[in-house]
Amino acid sequence: MQDQAQVAAAVTGAIIGETLVLVPVVPMIASGAIALMKRDRRKTAARLAIGSLSFSFLYSLIAFVLVAMRPGLRVSTYSTWFVVGHTSVDLGWILDPLSAVMLVMVSFVGLLIFIYSVGYMAHDENFTRFFCFLSLFAGAMLGVVISNSLLLLFMCWEIVGLTSYLLIGFWYQKPSAAAAAKKAFVTTRVGDIFFFLGIVWLFSQTGTLLLYKGGGGAIEPTALALLLSQHAGLGLSAASAIALLIFAGAAGKSGQLPLHVWLPDAMEGPTPVSALIHAATMVAAGVYLVARVYPLMQIGAPAGGTTVALTVITWVGAATAVFAALIAVAQSDIKRILAYSTVSQLGYMMAGLGVGGVAVGMFHLITHAFFKALLFLGAGSVIHGCHEEQDIRRMGGLRADMPLTFITYTIGMLALCGFPIFFSGFWSKDAILEAAQHWSVAKVPFYMLVFGALLTAFYMTRQVCYVFLGYWRGHGTAHESPKIMTTPLAILAFFAMALGLIGTPAWPWFRDFLDGRTATFSWHGFAEPGLALLMLTSSLVVFLGLWLGWRLYGNKSPKPKEPDALEKSAPWLWAPLRDRLYVDELYGVTVVAFYKWWARVADWLDRRVWGGIVSLVAWVFALWARLNRLLDVNWVDGGFDKTCEELAEGGGLLASLQSGRVQNYLRILAVAVVALALVLIWSSRP
Amino acid sequence: MSPIFYLLAVVTLAGALATVLLKHLVHCALAVTVAFAGLALLFLQLDAQFVGFAQILVYIGAVAILVVFAILLTRGSDLPKHGVFSSTWALGLAIAAAVFAVLGWAVIASTHGIPQQDNVPSATAHDIGIALVGRYVLPLEILALLLTAATIGAVIVAMHEKGKQQ
Amino acid sequence: MTTPLAGYLLVAALVFAIGLGGALTRRNAIIVLIGIELMLNAANLNLIAFWRYGPHPEALTGMMFAIFSIAVAAAEAAVGLGLVIAIYRQTNTTELDKIDRMKG
Repeated sequence: MQDQAQVAAAVTGAIIGETLVLVPVVPMIASGAIALMKRDRRKTAARLAIGSLSFSFLYSLIAFVLVAMRPGLRVSTYSTWFVVGHTSVDLGWILDPLSAVMLVMVSFVGLLIFIYSVGYMAHDENFTRFFCFLSLFAGAMLGVVISNSLLLLFMCWEIVGLTSYLLIGFWYQKPSAAAAAKKAFVTTRVGDIFFFLGIVWLFSQTGTLLLYKGGGGAIEPTALALLLSQHAGLGLSAASAIALLIFAGAAGKSGQLPLHVWLPDAMEGPTPVSALIHAATMVAAGVYLVARVYPLMQIGAPAGGTTVALTVITWVGAATAVFAALIAVAQSDIKRILAYSTVSQLGYMMAGLGVGGVAVGMFHLITHAFFKALLFLGAGSVIHGCHEEQDIRRMGGLRADMPLTFITYTIGMLALCGFPIFFSGFWSKDAILEAAQHWSVAKVPFYMLVFGALLTAFYMTRQVCYVFLGYWRGHGTAHESPKIMTTPLAILAFFAMALGLIGTPAWPWFRDFLDGRTATFSWHGFAEPGLALLMLTSSLVVFLGLWLGWRLYGNKSPKPKEPDALEKSAPWLWAPLRDRLYVDELYGVTVVAFYKWWARVADWLDRRVWGGIVSLVAWVFALWARLNRLLDVNWVDGGFDKTCEELAEGGGLLASLQSGRVQNYLRILAVAVVALALVLIWSSRP
Repeated sequence: MSPIFYLLAVVTLAGALATVLLKHLVHCALAVTVAFAGLALLFLQLDAQFVGFAQILVYIGAVAILVVFAILLTRGSDLPKHGVFSSTWALGLAIAAAVFAVLGWAVIASTHGIPQQDNVPSATAHDIGIALVGRYVLPLEILALLLTAATIGAVIVAMHEKGKQQ
Repeated sequence: MTTPLAGYLLVAALVFAIGLGGALTRRNAIIVLIGIELMLNAANLNLIAFWRYGPHPEALTGMMFAIFSIAVAAAEAAVGLGLVIAIYRQTNTTELDKIDRMKG
């Protein structure tokens, strides 16, 4: 029986491994079909999109179950696209624990958001276009997840970036939305260039783009050993350099510190877009990428130490976490607070990958996806209920008007803060903190992350107090959202709490699943030294943050024109935080100004120099044409005309011989006779 | 070179010159008659009696009369306005002089080659008649044809004019 | 000038030249025809002279030629003068310079 089951599992595994490509392809086909539809076929478009993603979700579930049943399964397939010299460019996909868990998360959260969008975008006239882009995004993101070939990954990565641009700028008539879309695209492009350099370098050294190829892949031991042995300058090995380049790409997509500027502006897009792309999935793609090529990041670590790449990742992540959390404290747009919160949490994820490994970072990614999506969808519900109002200073007292939204939002907020025991955020954040505490390089990131947790609790409390507590400061009346919008909220809230269970130290199912082991439940997991202290510390930090927030903002509801409570007490701190620590301004002065100058130079060159050359050539040709015409008219035509005239004259002359006068003829006759006679005489002379 | 020859030569030449130099057309016609006569006498001197008399009959008797008739019918008695010689008479004179020069030079330069026989040949009418219908019968017939055609032609030309005039 | 033949030939040449000169220089068409008659006569003189002083005068060649020439010349004179009269009737002039309808 067991053999039969095993054989059946093996066969199913092979089938699913071969056909896994359907998971991203089906939503992409749906997107294409929706693109060809007329604008008024909204129901069909929505059904097509949700149907295709449901298919992908079911398929992902089956794949996930399969991988769960057979721990450590890794099925990789590839096909050669074209051959270049001795090497071939291959495309391939892979099914292993990492990709399985991401598949399920992406398709499930995506599905819930699709359903939510049907209600949220019901009054928008570009409903069909929205679902077309959403479907395309879903397909591309799933493509990134299952990709075994770096080239395929990059292609899907770019499509994801494209759909992000299309969706941020969905309401393109708004200049701020169009500008935000452009900013997102350009900023991520900067990261993508480094990513591409890394891919090219990797390909040139290892000769293959496939990650796993039965021993010959780019991140399998043979290749890694080769990369480690090569030196790339600055004391780095090729492996570290490539790892850093790939991280640069991930940093762009995941909004790490210097390249985070696009994420808050991306809130110009509709809220479901913010939820799906800029909270749960696309921004997580960067983290996923680092997790995917983790063997490359990790190789060469001395015993008890860590690699350069991982150190850099950790520092960048920690810095981002704190930086963004500070800014979030002083924002007054409901979505912007959540955006900066996302940047901060992405920093946490990166730091987690750096200090603790794939499982630590990925666990926070999964839990964050759920509660951040919940928070965004809840914010959308709030915006919808407050008649498209987004300023938290004009909300308030929604606890009574929108109870379901309030409850689910609070659950999400507590999960984000990391409220102990019942909320998944606590367990995932604690895993990161524990790993950071034991980091061999420095302890500073740990303190930074703890400070960040404090700030997170503080600003989330501030937000909830402003939005839901106190009294209503807006115009009109707020109303609860329809069921189609609140049901996904409820589902997500459930998972925001329940997911914690798979990552507790007592039953580290998630970590073991990724590592390919079978997890066992044991209370002894809690008995690790320092763990209890850490859990206590983090809980205290969270409570402190919550209390501080309550104290400052409590039930108070300041009017819109009144300054914020923190602003009143510490204005020197408030202003820079509200102005986002001037990063955008810095870019504006340096990079943007340079490009504007360069664009002017290029324009001048183009108009004056190249345009001048073209004009010159054209002028020469015109001159030549005129010369030709001159020649033609005067010489050729003229010559011809002259010749004809001369001929006519000659003819006239000859004709004049025919004077019609007989005497003239006679004379000529006589002359001819004389001439003839002379000739005869002369010729007959001896 | 007998003196008669010179006399006759002078008469002929005078007549010819007078023909071309005189203004009045009728005078020209009379002068040419003199020239014809002179030539006829020259023929007689050359022992070509038949030709001489034929010349008198035909030329003086017919051609000259014809010329006078023509002058009459074309009001030749009226003198033309611009003179009797054409405006380019010098060229014509030069050409005539050239022709004479060539001919004269040919005659003078080739005197030793010219045959000379001094026997007086007999050319009776009888001989001429036999020659005409014997050896020269074809030219005779053709000549008859020619004369017929000429006569008919002249009549037609004159008649046509008459028809038109009426 | 030494032989009688030469003398006759020269006279003939002179008459010929005079006739030609008249035909070429006079305005009136009739004078031109007269000039042509003179030329023909000169040719006749040539012929008879050669007949008389050349070999075989008994063949009568020269004389026959001259007879025919006279006949033809007469016919031609008739026709020519008839034409002059006809032209005179058309154009009312006998001046050759004015009769140039064949011009061109």
